[in-house]
Amino acid sequence: MTQQYILDLLYLIGSITFVIGLKMLSGPQTARRGNLVAAFGMTVAILGTIFLYEDPHGNTSRETIKLGIIFGGLAIGTLVGWMTAKRVKMTAMPELVSLFNGMGGACAALISLLEFEHNVHDPMRIGIIMAGMIIGSVSFSGSIIAFMKLNGTLKKSLRLPNYNIINAVMLLLNVAAAVCITWSGTDQMHYVLLAFVLALAYGVMFVVPIGGADMPVVISLLNSFTGLAAAFGGFLYDNQVMLTGGILVGSAGTILTVAMCKAMNRPLFNVIFGAFGETASAGAGHSVQGSIKDISITDAAVLMNYSKKVVIVPGYGLAVAQAQHVIHELEMILEERGVQVKYAIHPVAGRMPGHMNVLLAESNVDYGKLVEMEEINPEFSSTDVVLVVGANDVVNPAAKTDPSSPIYGMPILDVENAHHIIVNKRSMNAGYAGIENELFYHTKTSMLFGDAKDALTKLVSELKSM
Amino acid sequence: MIQLINFLGEHIEMIYILILSIFVGVEVIGKVPSVLHTPLMSGANAIHGVVIVGSIIVMLNTDASNILLLSLGFLAVVMGTLNVVGGFVVTDRMLEMFKKKPEAKK
Repeated sequence: MTQQYILDLLYLIGSITFVIGLKMLSGPQTARRGNLVAAFGMTVAILGTIFLYEDPHGNTSRETIKLGIIFGGLAIGTLVGWMTAKRVKMTAMPELVSLFNGMGGACAALISLLEFEHNVHDPMRIGIIMAGMIIGSVSFSGSIIAFMKLNGTLKKSLRLPNYNIINAVMLLLNVAAAVCITWSGTDQMHYVLLAFVLALAYGVMFVVPIGGADMPVVISLLNSFTGLAAAFGGFLYDNQVMLTGGILVGSAGTILTVAMCKAMNRPLFNVIFGAFGETASAGAGHSVQGSIKDISITDAAVLMNYSKKVVIVPGYGLAVAQAQHVIHELEMILEERGVQVKYAIHPVAGRMPGHMNVLLAESNVDYGKLVEMEEINPEFSSTDVVLVVGANDVVNPAAKTDPSSPIYGMPILDVENAHHIIVNKRSMNAGYAGIENELFYHTKTSMLFGDAKDALTKLVSELKSM
Repeated sequence: MIQLINFLGEHIEMIYILILSIFVGVEVIGKVPSVLHTPLMSGANAIHGVVIVGSIIVMLNTDASNILLLSLGFLAVVMGTLNVVGGFVVTDRMLEMFKKKPEAKK
């Protein structure tokens, strides 16, 4: 009994560290320590389970072979996880988070599959097992698809005709399968496997139609799904650390998902059911009058060189072109010449909220130079040059002026208040939202066409020669 | 129905934990600057890796001669560990970059 109490106490420590860790993760000063605190609690919970866990029905045994397999699994997982996480490029980080999330979901699904047999006579427990399995499987296959979409293996959003109806039917089938298995009290494993495959298929169908730019929201959502699956595991084993850890992530992940949607002014419903494509084509009919003005590398360099204050607006294009190091170089040269440089960070710039900050931090940009939207917006009127690199929708004035625009109401960076605007873009193609941007036709705006990394490198060498 | 009530009654402490944890999760995340959304998502991702505890329990309760169950359990442990270790390490890497900056400059 004492052994059980010690384990309970260790789980208590684990749960507390998760809460404290999450709390500390929400402040820039404490975030890193918070992560370590949570990791410490996790280690305590894992080691405690290995050495102290006893099943209430006395099924637990610690043969050398089993301990060997557990430690072998831990070693392999640690080695591979560590190496991948250390080596991955910072631009590829969102898809890695998605991949790790999928692993957690698969782990939850496997646990449910393995526990089914032992619980056939207890419908409540079967219900819990089925819920954990379906949510875990959906999270697993969904995360793998999100991973493939983000790393470019899967480029197109595949949309079957009436995919919303197909998906709804699949979801119903999933629920029906779970209810039937729970209700009938069947001990047939192949029914469970069928439900498992159905859930995997649903996860694929769920994510496949969603566009690449919406992936952060999807990953965040699947993240809370996995949390939920872990929490069901907690119920199954009466295990408090699994329950608290899972539910914390479940609720925090949901809040985070909503926060991301809010920043993009996209109701979660539209992200999932893809209403975006339709409204976008409706808004695209509204064409913009005016002409485009080109600017040469030299002119852009001169303009910035003789400015007092330059604000850089980095976007998705910067991340794709991996131009975060060049932009830092540009910033340093300008600073040397006495130009004040700041970065305006839109909440949803990049591939994930906060992704831009991580990317720029990687190339040693001073944290204090990254200014959030609310703070930088009043500063644009005193800014000489705004350099927009690979961003589009986040600087589209239509969000403020055109109620028919699909992005109407989304908070944007008020770059049009600056004296000059230089926009670096690969082409005149519309942004992610598929709508024209009248900013590009503004009299103050000049376009600097070309790949972000290319154009910025040229700009830097031009500035150096001045 | 009776089964459901019995179940809830037997697990009433777990239900309390569940409900309070939901509120704690919401409160704790409430005021995160958007700058930290990505590391936070990644950190939360590592925390739900606690599901690995379940996979260890499965292994400990499995008959040591059942090769199929052992290998599936092994797979679960590996994947759970990937989630935990990968999640924490990648989060640390992101946050490391944030931290270095002010010190280097000032």
